[in-house]
Amino acid sequence: MMNTELLSVVVMFVGTLLLAVPLGKYIAKVYAGEKLLGDKVFNPIEKLFFKISRIDATKEMTWKQHLKTLLTINLIWFLWAMFCLTNQGWLPLNPDNIASQSPDLAFNTAISFLVNCNLQHYSGETGASYFTQIYALMFLQFVSAGSGMAAAAVVFNALKERTTDKLGNFYNYFLKSCTRILLPLCLLMATIQIFEGSPMTYKGMDTITTIQGDKQHVSRGPVAGFVAIKHLGTNGGGFYGANSAHPLENPSYLTNMVQMIAQVLIPFAMVFAMGYYLRRKKLAWMIWGVMTVGFLALVIPTINAEIAGNPLIAKMGITQSHGSMEGKETRFGAMASAYWSIATTVISTGSVNSMHDSAMPLSSMNMMLGMMINSFYGGVGVGFLNFYIYLILAVFIGGLMVGRTPEFLGKKVEAKEMKIAMIVALLHPFLILVGTAIASHLAAHNTVMGWWWMGAGGRPMRASMWLNNSGYHGFSEMLYEYTSSSANNGSGFEGLGDNNPFWNITTGIVLILSRFLPIIGPVAIAGLLASKKHIPESAGTLKPDTATFGLLILAVKVIIAALAFFPAMALGPIAEWLSMK
Amino acid sequence: MKKEILSSTILTALCIIFFSGLYPLILTGIAELAPGKGEGILQVVQGKKYYVNIAQKFTDDKYFWPRPSVVDYNAAGSAGSNKGPSNTDYLALVQLRIDTFSARNPDIAKQDIPSELVTSSGSGLDPDISPQAALAQASRVAKSRNISIEEVKDLIKQQTEKPLLGLLGPEKINVLKLNIELDNLN
Repeated sequence: MMNTELLSVVVMFVGTLLLAVPLGKYIAKVYAGEKLLGDKVFNPIEKLFFKISRIDATKEMTWKQHLKTLLTINLIWFLWAMFCLTNQGWLPLNPDNIASQSPDLAFNTAISFLVNCNLQHYSGETGASYFTQIYALMFLQFVSAGSGMAAAAVVFNALKERTTDKLGNFYNYFLKSCTRILLPLCLLMATIQIFEGSPMTYKGMDTITTIQGDKQHVSRGPVAGFVAIKHLGTNGGGFYGANSAHPLENPSYLTNMVQMIAQVLIPFAMVFAMGYYLRRKKLAWMIWGVMTVGFLALVIPTINAEIAGNPLIAKMGITQSHGSMEGKETRFGAMASAYWSIATTVISTGSVNSMHDSAMPLSSMNMMLGMMINSFYGGVGVGFLNFYIYLILAVFIGGLMVGRTPEFLGKKVEAKEMKIAMIVALLHPFLILVGTAIASHLAAHNTVMGWWWMGAGGRPMRASMWLNNSGYHGFSEMLYEYTSSSANNGSGFEGLGDNNPFWNITTGIVLILSRFLPIIGPVAIAGLLASKKHIPESAGTLKPDTATFGLLILAVKVIIAALAFFPAMALGPIAEWLSMK
Repeated sequence: MKKEILSSTILTALCIIFFSGLYPLILTGIAELAPGKGEGILQVVQGKKYYVNIAQKFTDDKYFWPRPSVVDYNAAGSAGSNKGPSNTDYLALVQLRIDTFSARNPDIAKQDIPSELVTSSGSGLDPDISPQAALAQASRVAKSRNISIEEVKDLIKQQTEKPLLGLLGPEKINVLKLNIELDNLN
């Protein structure tokens, strides 16, 4: 029984790698502007798009122009999503008569889909019309992934061994990421979903009578297309409230494997794409190796904890031969659920096929660590950007250790780049810990929240009422929410009562800062380095594609995460774990 | 800047038409070819339509029961309990489920109750149980239907779905299909 589960986990991991290497080669070709398989279909479409939009896609941009373009188009997407969310009540494609979202919820939803997070303080069945799901949310799932990948492409371009300030065209990178990489894969994956039983219809909710004679409602919708881009773009926002635990969103073991592979595929492939693009395959394998060591260090203990079951239920005399099953689905089993819970948190998908709030304490610690480090693979595009920050830090520390000016790929890393890297690296713990500190303070003092949280009929709510669990686990619920926001992950300890102005607004602000600063930082560093003089390699150059350097990066990550987050972990999951002994 | 805003706006509009209009349109076309025509997998029994992948509520002794549901098997929503593993209220609820199950299945020893029958699923709509969870209910079902337990066990064996390709993932049984077959026995 467990053997078939273990085998499937191995198949998922190896399968992803086998697909990611050729895909990486293909992605490198896309960004290098080489001839591609789909040129006959897509070239005319892209040309038409650029012509109507009056864009010269051959005009190369500086890093500043790239960022300006990225931020401008993101602002337009945000306004479009806000319009859809606050007006969905009267807009078309709303067979279930879903009301418009309140301004604070719409703000949180629009931001979180814009930044590729998909935090979802609403449930799909009751909070979003089909129009919103497809024309606002799914649209953002495509373009937010596309713009993250475009930012990574700019950094790839800047890492080439030459001196320039011209780094390709943003619109070109962005559109091709969507049309050439995301769309074909989505069509394939959505077709598998449809044939395995995911709905793809605009007919509203169905009502049937069960065998025992009860009335049963069944939410339907254009699910299959949504689920495909949700994973391939590492967005993670579910069509339904229960996300990929829902039997229509993830109907079978096959779809579970496809979704699992799909969400890790492009984060893997982007690393190899860099290797092909820069002709530094060894560097790519080194980076992938560091990421994989980190991933395995988190996933193995998590699988162990989940298949062992809950010790407090064992005390009741129940044999848990299938592992801990609270919040899990029978068709996936404990092992594939545990594997998923770590994969979805080390990359920034945040889709779930089991409820993380009910996971064992050490599993939830590993999930949070995955998001705190946020670059053991990481999200599409941005995972590589996060890794790049750690890489620059490691180059600097390595340079100090050998007593030379730090260099990376023939470019001197100096004070300005280091300052940017440090700001980006420290922003993440700052947002998580400050947010959690404020929320815990309010909960501990049971503050009356006033405007920040009104119950039905204007009843003022108290802060501790947003917790679904008390004690250490309650603290973990708040810590997880800010960690997930700052990592742009989107999974949650969903017991937390987070649909109120306090959580909608504070996490919304965290989302904006934690998306755009970690894009601006690496692009700026790469742009600054690209314009510097190229220094040929010498005997004293720190070689970045060695295992030694890989270890150095891993050490930098572990030290930053351990120093920043250990105290908070000790108060949450570690304390809960000790209390269950 | 003005030109950039204009260009970005037009490109956005075109992308909306392409990714939110055309892409789903192709998929609804493909769905016409699929079983259930894009409305999920359906089974019709005596003119009545059921969703195979959505758990139904079964409480009668003569039917196999699915896993506990937080949403009471109402698929207008979906949710897990989100109770933490050390939550005392939650643990009391699990104990209550164990006691209830024991009371209604007196032939089953406590250590033979599979954990998934006393814990709620992630979606609240989990259509499956493990073969062990079906076997734990076999005696109750057989007694209330006045049929032999072997007959019920044979049906369980016949309805057990093997792992994908015989190799990947857990074995399971769809509770709805099992109960439909059970009704066909009589």
